[in-house]
Amino acid sequence: MINRRRILSAAALAAGVAIGVAAGLAGAVAQTKPTKVGFVYVGPIGDHGWSYQHHQGLLAVKKEFGDKVETTFVENVPEGPDAERVIDQLAAAGHDLIITTSFGFMNPTVKVAAKYPKIKFEHISGFKQAENVATANIRYYEGRYVAGILAAKASKGGTIGYIGSFPIPEVVMGMNAAFLGAKSVNPNIKMKIIWVSTWFDPGKEADAAKALADQGADIIMQHTDSPAPVKFAEERKLFAIGQASDMKAFGPNAILTSIVNNWNGYYIGRVKAAMDGSWKSGDVWGGFNSGMLDLPSYGPGVAADAKALADAAKAKITSGELHPFTGPLKKQDGSEFLKAGEKIADKDLAGMNFYVEGIDGVLPK
Amino acid sequence: MPFDLIAGILTGLLVAATPLILAALGELVVEKSGVLNLGVEGMMVIGAFAGFAAKVSTGSYLIGFLAAILSAALMGLLFGLLTQVLLSNQVATGLALTLFGLGLSALFGAGYTGQTAGAFPRFDSFGLPGRFFAGVDALMLLVLLLAIGVHLFLERTRGGLILRAVGENHDAAHAIGYPVVRVRLLALAFGGGMAGLGGAYLSLVQTPFWVERMTAGRGWIALALVVFAAWRPFRVLAGAFLFGGISILQLHSQGFGLKIDAQILSMLPYLATIGVLVLISRSGSGLTLKAPQSLGKVFTGSS
Repeated sequence: MINRRRILSAAALAAGVAIGVAAGLAGAVAQTKPTKVGFVYVGPIGDHGWSYQHHQGLLAVKKEFGDKVETTFVENVPEGPDAERVIDQLAAAGHDLIITTSFGFMNPTVKVAAKYPKIKFEHISGFKQAENVATANIRYYEGRYVAGILAAKASKGGTIGYIGSFPIPEVVMGMNAAFLGAKSVNPNIKMKIIWVSTWFDPGKEADAAKALADQGADIIMQHTDSPAPVKFAEERKLFAIGQASDMKAFGPNAILTSIVNNWNGYYIGRVKAAMDGSWKSGDVWGGFNSGMLDLPSYGPGVAADAKALADAAKAKITSGELHPFTGPLKKQDGSEFLKAGEKIADKDLAGMNFYVEGIDGVLPK
Repeated sequence: MPFDLIAGILTGLLVAATPLILAALGELVVEKSGVLNLGVEGMMVIGAFAGFAAKVSTGSYLIGFLAAILSAALMGLLFGLLTQVLLSNQVATGLALTLFGLGLSALFGAGYTGQTAGAFPRFDSFGLPGRFFAGVDALMLLVLLLAIGVHLFLERTRGGLILRAVGENHDAAHAIGYPVVRVRLLALAFGGGMAGLGGAYLSLVQTPFWVERMTAGRGWIALALVVFAAWRPFRVLAGAFLFGGISILQLHSQGFGLKIDAQILSMLPYLATIGVLVLISRSGSGLTLKAPQSLGKVFTGSS
């Protein structure tokens, strides 16, 4: 049974490898020994969101290094025992650098890495490093702060609707940042938050967007993965902020901007380091200044003064002059968590579990 | 509460309930014929994909909905072939049908992700205040007619009587000459078509776009609704409205900033379903379960 399973999974992997590598192989014949890079995705590359953006990184690596690299990817890998097998297979197949792109791949990555000390691993959005495991993530909240400015400027009624997935620090800090950004240009702005307890359920996300709109929100922000809220905003003639990738296609009039993850530069840099031997383990948490985060394509709903304000905030965040979480700031219950002029520490940010003052509603525990 | 908000909540309820009613009415007829098809989710997602692909390719909603109905009806017939002709286990085959549908739609659907179908036409407001009628679409009305139609068919027609006879006791029905397998295949095709239409409502009306696995468990809720409704069409409507209503109200209560945890609110529709199930399952309350006696049993008689 075990043998048959091994053979089956090897066959499945071989098929995946064949698809991913086919293009690379064609040009690689003359090359002596290309660097082999393997990617593991949690979703389909066609999700137009999280995994899609990682795949753009793979394509950028291929474009940058041509036949000096051989790339492989395996998509739709479930978080769990399967992930370990897939990562192990990639390692056994002689990859030099393996990039695993979901939080749930953290333990499998660390486990496989211990078995193959000569292979380099990159894990995205986790917190466990090792000699040969580096981690990286993006400061999405910087983008959400600027998006909050655009949202507040575009809102006629003064209410932003925000669809949340799960109350983890990453989502909570994004909400707080968006609210602080919005408040910086309109002190009376209100934010209505609906938690849908899912990352991906287009029907429910559309229902939540409709509920927010019916309650008077005229801007829809989201921290869920499907483009349903943007699509809904387009239909209802409201405005929306896209998530993870550029969602302009789903709401050409509605979209103000999208908060886009850009892994291209990071992956190119890491592959280059793996090639020239300078690769070291580490932890990167990159914001605007790293190029890993971008706000492309302001939509037609962004007025000139809003654009100027957003660009200015983006420039200040990029230069380090402005941190979205700078005191004096109070929690929802009125207690102070940052003194005047104080900037939040990364470790406090990474564990954020409260709303800032001014947001209504209860944060689920 | 302003009129617009009430209207918004009501249309939200209808939007959430419509795909559930479609799929549940189809499954109700299937189960009334004595077959348990757990593949509703798979048939819905196939319908969601086929409907979207056909609409995008031809530009016609009618062709889109027809494609959804036909493709999912074929899935239902495939289930019929496996369980009624080849006599495979219904539970296992139904689960497999769900997995098959999810995989197949993802495979063929990859090229359609990211495309959009445009806004589905809604009724004008007829000069009435608010947005209520502006948010109503033709399929919401269709499900009401379908519920009445299914009720009349089951209770008032000869065909319905035969279908129920097959579901209650297939050996007896066979003995007096009714074509058990043929009746069940027809019921399965109908059930598939309805599930497919429910899926297409998601991909063409509610969201409207296609991404894989977009039904996100609605097929399972539809299955629960059939039991919840004690196999009666109008109770399917009531159950779906209750379920949809609580789902929408919990979203709204969060928007209003009520001090209740979101997780508890998310549980409410399911808690309510279980609660009602417990109530109606108690004997002597007058509201007894009316499960078809041959439900899920293998029919081995030859025809």
